[in-house]
Amino acid sequence: MSDRASTFDRSAHQPVPFWRDIRVLQAVAQVVFLVAVVVFGYVLINNLVTGLRESQLAINFNILTRPFGTRISEGQMDFNPGSSSNLQALMVGLRNTLRVVTVGLVGATVLGVFIGIARLSPNFLLRTVSISYIELFRNTPLLVQLYFIYRGMRLALPENLADSYRLPGSIYINRRAINFPLIAGTESAPVFYAAVVVGLTVGAALWIWRLRVQDRTGQPANTLYWFLPAFLGFSALGWIVSGGPFSIEYPELGNFNFSGGDRLSAEYTALTLGLILYTAAFIADIVRAGIQSVPYGQVEAARAQGFSGGQTLRLIVLPQALRLIIPPLGNQYLNLAKNSSLGIAIGFFDVYNVANVISNQTGQAVAVFVVMMGIYLGMSLTISAVMNALNYSMRLRSR
Amino acid sequence: MFEHARRAIYLGLALALLVALTLPFLPSSPALAQGGSILDDVLQRGVLNCGVNGQVPGFGYLNPDTGQWEGFDVDFCRALAAALFGEVTDSNINFIPTTTQERFTVLQTRQADVLFRNTTWTISRDGELGLDFGPTTYYDGQGLMVRADLGASSIEDLDGASICSLTGTTTELNVTEAMESRGLAYELVPFEQSSETISAFEEGRCDVLTSDQSQLAGLRSQAADPGSIVILPEVISKEPLGPVYLANDSAWGDVVNWTVFALIQAEEFGITSQNIDEFLTSDNPEILRFLGQGADTPSGSLIGLDNDFVVNVIRAVGNYGEIFERNLGPDTPLGLQRGLNRLWKDGGLLYAPPWR
Repeated sequence: MSDRASTFDRSAHQPVPFWRDIRVLQAVAQVVFLVAVVVFGYVLINNLVTGLRESQLAINFNILTRPFGTRISEGQMDFNPGSSSNLQALMVGLRNTLRVVTVGLVGATVLGVFIGIARLSPNFLLRTVSISYIELFRNTPLLVQLYFIYRGMRLALPENLADSYRLPGSIYINRRAINFPLIAGTESAPVFYAAVVVGLTVGAALWIWRLRVQDRTGQPANTLYWFLPAFLGFSALGWIVSGGPFSIEYPELGNFNFSGGDRLSAEYTALTLGLILYTAAFIADIVRAGIQSVPYGQVEAARAQGFSGGQTLRLIVLPQALRLIIPPLGNQYLNLAKNSSLGIAIGFFDVYNVANVISNQTGQAVAVFVVMMGIYLGMSLTISAVMNALNYSMRLRSR
Repeated sequence: MFEHARRAIYLGLALALLVALTLPFLPSSPALAQGGSILDDVLQRGVLNCGVNGQVPGFGYLNPDTGQWEGFDVDFCRALAAALFGEVTDSNINFIPTTTQERFTVLQTRQADVLFRNTTWTISRDGELGLDFGPTTYYDGQGLMVRADLGASSIEDLDGASICSLTGTTTELNVTEAMESRGLAYELVPFEQSSETISAFEEGRCDVLTSDQSQLAGLRSQAADPGSIVILPEVISKEPLGPVYLANDSAWGDVVNWTVFALIQAEEFGITSQNIDEFLTSDNPEILRFLGQGADTPSGSLIGLDNDFVVNVIRAVGNYGEIFERNLGPDTPLGLQRGLNRLWKDGGLLYAPPWR
């Protein structure tokens, strides 16, 4: 009895001293670590700022309002080299970057999915070609590929503009650019756009209605048969009412270059193509891994229920594979966006190239690079946010 | 929940206290604080880090046949090394090839002690980059190079042309102004590397390549068929090219400047790498003073170098004229005339202050 009582004797059990209390130790360790990080960061930044000031290079963001001074020939017309500011130049550069990135993302995804599926094809030729493609593009540096594509395209295409490859519809392809007709909306174009929007809305309503009918009656929905006539009908009506909403300007061969029409420069084409081909190889492998992660029993079950091969892939396998595909896919999208800065090597006027020019003309490397990091960070975080939202909407729903 | 919040508040307070206590004790001046002059650094190190262009024949490039650095700017680096160390060896000079983008950064970060890299002296660069410019070693002007089969004979014929240039240079700004002021349409294709610019021009991506005239001559000399390329007569800008170094370092600036002046003055006196020994015993006190010979004739010692540093420089690379002829003159592939780069007494712009 007395023995038992002694186990509860408070005097025999000193509280744990604070230097051995795990909670205190954890808190102290975190504080010390945080302080170390803050101090280290402060020293670095302070060092930079003081060093720059001493060498008369104090960081100065006012340079962004100065005139840029040189022309950006890529993808825009409303830029005046004499008076447009560095900030405007950065915006033009950003627009060029986004032109590459958006087309690149779509192209790489489409190509990557096709190659990833072909990689698993029972057809020997298709499978082997896909594997070779993936291994070739995944295992060589992107910069080398860009040079290869850019120089290769240049040497393969006609040098003399009069000998340009001519495609139907007044499209001319030569070493410098792809020239094609510029289609611009006339004054009555808004009428046509409105009609298209109405067509789309009515079509979508019909589409949803057909799906409801299918749910209720089990009849095939045949959504397209209802959607297309509505959409095309309204569009055609709009076209007639507006009396031809577009004017077309054809490229004409001038003294040195094609004038008129629109163009994709060789640099833009090479960079976009290079990014698509490179990133598609990685996406293909991600798609393959996603598809292979779906248990084969799912395929067998789908077949047993009478799904065709295409239906099995589209309705059973891919929706399940997507959950595994999306996170690594987001990484590839980020890579593509950031890799677009390699365009400077082949003379593409993207935001990085513009920033380099500003930095070199003003000597304000730190200010310019801070702005540039902000721009790339913004672009990457946007892509991340979209991919995270997509990922969230694709998650397994448990009830 | 309440417990967590309270702990977070305590943690935050502790952290703020610690930071507040630590900050006043941090060094306010950076670890990278500048000590003495670059001159002391270089002499102590025993190696001169010289920023050059790696891609322009005649001015600065690594000769693929010999594996040696060659060129006009490269020889100025060698002259400086000779002034500093008495002789030029493979181990006391380190050439740093730079692009137009990197050239000022390598100076600002002290990777290079001096830049001899066909760099134009402008007021904004001088005033804003934290750099100083030395005496002009080559008076250049910007030109335009076109393919002969285009039939262009002046800049007015270039309406609608595609122009290749190096990104972030004064040439880019000049050609923009030249075309805009004449109301000519054009496409500008900017490259980072000289080699890319040339191949783009040769392979027909552009009609025009614009750069300093001396560089155009060098590039033309390397083309497969130099006869198929024309350099237009217009000179659209002044391009004084010379050494660049960090600002506010007078001792180092003096050494760089007076090494350049020594090369010019030597030509004026007619002193070459061949005949220098004859001048060591000259009767002319001016020449003796220049060469730092004899007692009571301070020369190099005035700027912290060996008193006879001029002798070492001339022995190593010859005078200005010799450097020019060796790298750019009529007997070289570039075949340039002296033009503005003659001595003042021959009607040029080269002029060294008195050695007194």
